[in-house]
Amino acid sequence: MKLNFEHLQSAHCENGVTRSLLKNIGVNGITEPLALGIGYGLFFVYLPFLKINNGPVIAFRPMPGLIFNRVCKALDIPVIRKKFSSKEKAEAFLNQCLDEGHPVGCQVGVYYLPYFPREYRFHFNAHNLIVYGREGDNYLVSDPVMEYTTSLSSYELERVRFAKGTLAPNGQIYYPKPGSIVTPDQIKQGIKHGIQKNANIMLQSVVPIVGIKGIRYTGNRIKSWRDKLGLKKAGLYLAQLVRMQEEIGTGGGGFRYIYAAFLQEAYEYHPVDELMEISKLFTESGDLWRTSAVQAAGIYKNRLGSQEDFNTMGDYLLEIAELERKAFTALKNIKWQ
Amino acid sequence: MKKEDVPQDLSSLGKLTNEVCYATDSSGKYVTALSRGWDVKISALDTAWDEVTIRIEAARQKVLNNEASPLLFFMEKGLMDVQILAGYTGYWQWQVKRHLKPNVFKKLTAKQLKRYADVFNVTIDDLKTMNVHEA
Repeated sequence: MKLNFEHLQSAHCENGVTRSLLKNIGVNGITEPLALGIGYGLFFVYLPFLKINNGPVIAFRPMPGLIFNRVCKALDIPVIRKKFSSKEKAEAFLNQCLDEGHPVGCQVGVYYLPYFPREYRFHFNAHNLIVYGREGDNYLVSDPVMEYTTSLSSYELERVRFAKGTLAPNGQIYYPKPGSIVTPDQIKQGIKHGIQKNANIMLQSVVPIVGIKGIRYTGNRIKSWRDKLGLKKAGLYLAQLVRMQEEIGTGGGGFRYIYAAFLQEAYEYHPVDELMEISKLFTESGDLWRTSAVQAAGIYKNRLGSQEDFNTMGDYLLEIAELERKAFTALKNIKWQ
Repeated sequence: MKKEDVPQDLSSLGKLTNEVCYATDSSGKYVTALSRGWDVKISALDTAWDEVTIRIEAARQKVLNNEASPLLFFMEKGLMDVQILAGYTGYWQWQVKRHLKPNVFKKLTAKQLKRYADVFNVTIDDLKTMNVHEA
């Protein structure tokens, strides 16, 4: 059984799942940048005490599931979302959804995902894909980061749905309830709401490790990594930073480019000139993130390694923090018509 | 990033699928572009894997020196930590930590060993001897 479903490739898995699942229920206007923006998905957090692959967690996106939920909430679309402790019940529910004609989003771990190259298969549990049909023992899978559709046997799918470790998915499954009609005005309001929320999150964090403060904090910490951790471990941490920031799913520059694209699209709904100008700031920020990645690469490839090089690296992040502070302050101060 | 600057350094993922990137065209408008990979990312991934290799080798030495049970070796080989291993075996983390001690490991029953062997996809004999059959 194969549901009528169109596979779309995206930069980021959750944006992509959101866009595709909404398109499937007839909500056509939500592009990937709009999903990120309405779901206020631009984020930064540095968690030195939480380790993934023996390095600190540096996330550029909110917790998995949030973008989808926020977009649906903004557009008044009810969400069906379930977690399971029993693998049998999880599969039964999946089959039931497919029988009723709903393609569904699943949170999965990538370690046992057979169609990913081995080099990419770490224990990372915040990946999302869509199951849109079943043929014999195989489930048909639309993974938004892949150019083409794939399939997983029921065993393979169960294994990735019940991956273990940090952010274990517990078979999490979700889909938007069909039947809603979304008006352009709802999208327009969603954009405004998303921008305001995102500005607040990035600007007004009370903890020093989140948002703009978090970027600044990380920049300052990096300067001390060489002495504190030694060159080797500091290099590993920087490699981890680059992977979180640039690896599949971020669209480059830690989502900044997608956000810049979102602001351009927002302009079509809200003809406020500032949006186009602020979009350029985010492009600049994305470029700076990438420049900093090149600097980081110099260190983990052992081409660079002096304290001076670490200072340069840290200063890039301070510069980014300042740039994004300006950009988000400008977004916050927009006079909406 | 301008569209023509989207990096095209072939990565291991690039052999299977291109990645979508967001970049600006000549008029400054955002469009999507496909990338085959980027050197900076490839070397970040390589760095991570070099570290994995070192950790596996260090674990093997520890087991040979009788400082840790073979579970440590397989845990590192599977890129796991105690939390993940506990998750897959269904043991508590403190139990896994205990089983990582050579003396405790020696007293594990066949049933307990099988839970680990199943997770690592090896036989119980291989589990005890750190025998690896590369696929």
